[in-house]
Amino acid sequence: MATFNLQINGKNQQVDVAPDTPMLWVLRDHIKLVGTKYGCGVSMCGACTIHLDGEAVRSCQTTVSAAEGKSITTIEGLSEKGDHPVQKAWLEMDVAQCGYCQAGQIMSAAALLERNPNPSDQEIETAMNGNICRCGTYTRIKQAVKTAAANSQS
Amino acid sequence: MIPSEFEYYRAGSVDEALQLLNEKGPDAKILAGGHSLLPAMKLRFNNPGALIDIGGIPDLSYIREENGYLVIGACATHAQIATSSVLASAIPMISETAGIIGDVQVRNKGTIGGSIAHADPAADWPAALLAADAEVVIAGASGTRTVPVNDFFQGLFTTDLNESELITEIRIPKPSSETRSTYIKFEQPASRFAIVGCAAMVTRNNGSCENVKVAFTGVSAIPFRDHQLEQELEGKVPDESNLDAACEIAAKSVDIMGDHFASQDYRRHLAKVFAKRALKTVTG
Repeated sequence: MATFNLQINGKNQQVDVAPDTPMLWVLRDHIKLVGTKYGCGVSMCGACTIHLDGEAVRSCQTTVSAAEGKSITTIEGLSEKGDHPVQKAWLEMDVAQCGYCQAGQIMSAAALLERNPNPSDQEIETAMNGNICRCGTYTRIKQAVKTAAANSQS
Repeated sequence: MIPSEFEYYRAGSVDEALQLLNEKGPDAKILAGGHSLLPAMKLRFNNPGALIDIGGIPDLSYIREENGYLVIGACATHAQIATSSVLASAIPMISETAGIIGDVQVRNKGTIGGSIAHADPAADWPAALLAADAEVVIAGASGTRTVPVNDFFQGLFTTDLNESELITEIRIPKPSSETRSTYIKFEQPASRFAIVGCAAMVTRNNGSCENVKVAFTGVSAIPFRDHQLEQELEGKVPDESNLDAACEIAAKSVDIMGDHFASQDYRRHLAKVFAKRALKTVTG
């Protein structure tokens, strides 16, 4: 066990965990932020996507040691009232079916729009292809990303 | 998805990592981005007793030009490499390769050194680095050594790296301005690993092809340079018929892998098709 000072969603949090603990479990079990989901655990599905210094990464493969000193953002911290342009577009387009993957999808989409505010279809596909949706809502996901981009620009 | 138990150490320097490797012995493995080794451990394909994390070592992720070489620190992520302007202008094949590895999240964490140390036979880096005549700088207790990438890959998940060593740098000779290069692949749609990946690099001299380099990944258990194919095209002015003739013998002298994604015959066919596409891109 070791003490880690983490900056999560703009707040300083101290956790006492083994240094190889994946961030996913630090978030869910220690900080009780359960918006970030456990999907496959082996870096295939993207359900656990969070931001490290604004970049989309998989929290199931990112150790707490690798996250210390970086700015960590989870779905809970993306906006104060759930009104990030991507979250609003998600509601507008009724994207979610079962909804299990959507926290990860939204985090990937938000990271994409942060660096590329007006992505092409191809760029959306490339940026989102690390997130699997077992309900197959890909068409709506793509529409929502485009809607979020359009709404942010207007 | 829980790996078997292991000890975890986070090294602050290359020397400290080497010392830990020496102390922990053959049961220890180096951890960089963690996007190959950690899944392998969770799937119980691999169960090292100790992990030595080099992800926190400062200044192991540089990308720069130095005395005619493009040098890349072992911990540079695929995303850093894909977006490096130094590499994009000097050798686009390297940027292209980095940009199509896995997915965004993998590229943001996975490293070039980690990928080649892992030596997955379907990984993307080997083909591009073979075609680029890259060298691998390896640090060990008795100093550093530099190995041509051609001698580095030795088999399925097997490299020239000893148990007590780690990769610190990849060195790529800067190609001339008349040289063009590309990397393309036919990918497994879920994992995005290469079923067949082909890197091609050609220098043109008055229209004819010089220093033709074609390398494959995914085709055989060991990534390889296809010297027979290269010889067929060397010195010729490329046209449809001599490109066809060269690509017809693609992967002729290697043992081709077959699995549930692609049979041996289909892989051989894909090798020909992707060699032709890559060569057309760099000679067109």
